[in-house]
Amino acid sequence: MKKYTYTEKKDTRSGFGAGLSELGKINPNVVALCADLTGSLKMDAFAKEHPERFFQVGIAEANMIGIAAGLTIGGKIPFTGTFANFSTGRVYDQIRQSVAYSGKNVKICASHAGLTLGEDGATHQILEDIGLMKMLPGMVVINPCDYNQTKAATIAIAIHEGPVYLRFGRPAVPNFTPADQKFEIGKAWLINEGSDVSIFATGHLVWKAIEAGEQLAAQGINAEIINIHTIKPLDNAAIIASAKKTGCVVTAEEHQMNGGLGDSIAQLLSRELPTPLEMVAVHDSFGESGTPDQLMTKYGLDAVNIVEAAKKVMSKKTITAQ
Amino acid sequence: MASIAELEKICTQVRRDIVRMVHAVNSGHPGGSLDCTEYLVALYFEVMKHYPEKFSMDGIDEDLFFLSNGHISPVFYSVLARSGYFPVKELTTFRKLNSRLQGHPTTHEGLPGVRVASGSLGQGLSVAIGAAIAKKLNKDNNIIYSLHGDGELQEGQIWEAAMYAAAKKVDNIISAIDLNGQQIDGPTEHVLSLGNLKAKWEAFGWDVLSMNGNLLPEVIETLHRAKTHTGKGKPVIIIMKTEMGHGVDFMMGSHKWHGVAPNDEQLAQALKQNAETLGDY
Repeated sequence: MKKYTYTEKKDTRSGFGAGLSELGKINPNVVALCADLTGSLKMDAFAKEHPERFFQVGIAEANMIGIAAGLTIGGKIPFTGTFANFSTGRVYDQIRQSVAYSGKNVKICASHAGLTLGEDGATHQILEDIGLMKMLPGMVVINPCDYNQTKAATIAIAIHEGPVYLRFGRPAVPNFTPADQKFEIGKAWLINEGSDVSIFATGHLVWKAIEAGEQLAAQGINAEIINIHTIKPLDNAAIIASAKKTGCVVTAEEHQMNGGLGDSIAQLLSRELPTPLEMVAVHDSFGESGTPDQLMTKYGLDAVNIVEAAKKVMSKKTITAQ
Repeated sequence: MASIAELEKICTQVRRDIVRMVHAVNSGHPGGSLDCTEYLVALYFEVMKHYPEKFSMDGIDEDLFFLSNGHISPVFYSVLARSGYFPVKELTTFRKLNSRLQGHPTTHEGLPGVRVASGSLGQGLSVAIGAAIAKKLNKDNNIIYSLHGDGELQEGQIWEAAMYAAAKKVDNIISAIDLNGQQIDGPTEHVLSLGNLKAKWEAFGWDVLSMNGNLLPEVIETLHRAKTHTGKGKPVIIIMKTEMGHGVDFMMGSHKWHGVAPNDEQLAQALKQNAETLGDY
């Protein structure tokens, strides 16, 4: 197992804030909009550095999406910021008609996604956003794993022409992606080469997949770990090649099983290479109040759950082989 | 500058286009289309600075128009075609398979003159405000126009946008409300009363003008006057009183013609009331 270390834990939303601030300096067409969550989204730096390009819209997310769509007419590249729940479910029709169907170059940037929002509870813990966004034709869906990757992704999506959903979170998590790693939309990152089982993880679950890989290695199981930061477009070639090599697959994400990364990979493999598959995800349930760690444990999104899923799916592989 | 007589001629041709388009596919929305004819003809043939032959999405250095109540696409398409955005002949494809003239306007098939999709109501004012802000950022002194149905004002997003534009002094926009008093289920007064619209928009901080939207000279005069109200720290809105179905007597004043096409006999009657002036498509 390749060794991954980190010097500090940082929140992915701060990676977004840092990336946006850097974009502000290098791209005069980048503008930002926020619906009364500037501090939570870490958009303060951009707002301070470029007040003429920062738009505080108040608690009016539908209007924010519409204004963002309009700003593209005239060449601006709008980045909208609010919580993931208010970035997607609340404004689905606005995104569908004014952004996606209209082909507008809007970057929908969403923090506090998933259970790790914590104590605020299920009203704010959206676990359906990846599914909502990936169903929209032409929408790119990205869920980076740590501070450095979120910063790099933020900078990269400004160059991509078309709507993007960028999903990140609240808690401080290990920051292990090399700071100079280039972010390529739709290109999976091979974290560890292995031969026994493929673990495809996204977002906060990538570090947990690394921890799981270490635990599996200690038990003599050689896991291949791949960071799928881009859920759409999916890196089909990387997924099929790995599944072909290992013969069994675990997917891991902080999202509903319905509509998430596992769902996309299951679809792909069912069509191209039917492979035993287990999903580490939330099973058709809302979240609740609690600390992020407590919630990840209660809802089965820890390293130990990935380890169990890997062993289970490997046993299916044996049966299939016989 | 076109004369009133010339613009009146365009109006009757546009009305012919509208009823012929919806008749041909037995679907579409003639009522609101007919009553917004003077407004759109005045905008596209007299008031707006625009370049139909070299349409660009960004629309730098020209006035832009956004149709928020997208169901009145027949009048929008007719005026776009008649002012040179695309061949008039293309009106025959309205609502048909593989057409750029979708039931509701969209950028998706690349129809020149359309800058955002509309149909799901209440979204166009926000988009127009965004485009107005982009103009300010680009130091482009041209104006954004937008049109909204009166029933559409029942959508909450309209009021989010109204609050924003006034608070942030988006003063390079002239919006208009098609106050025909009708919506699908009946008169707006019965479905969900809009109350005192002038007082509402003023309370939201807009500069409110009004006009009879079916009197062409008044429409032209009001639109020119509205321009002099821009750049003064307030967004501008025109409450435009109209009669649904205006120009076709049996369609006038009833919600029944919101989204129903005329039959052959009704078409003939409607065409008799609107002279062919520029040649039918």
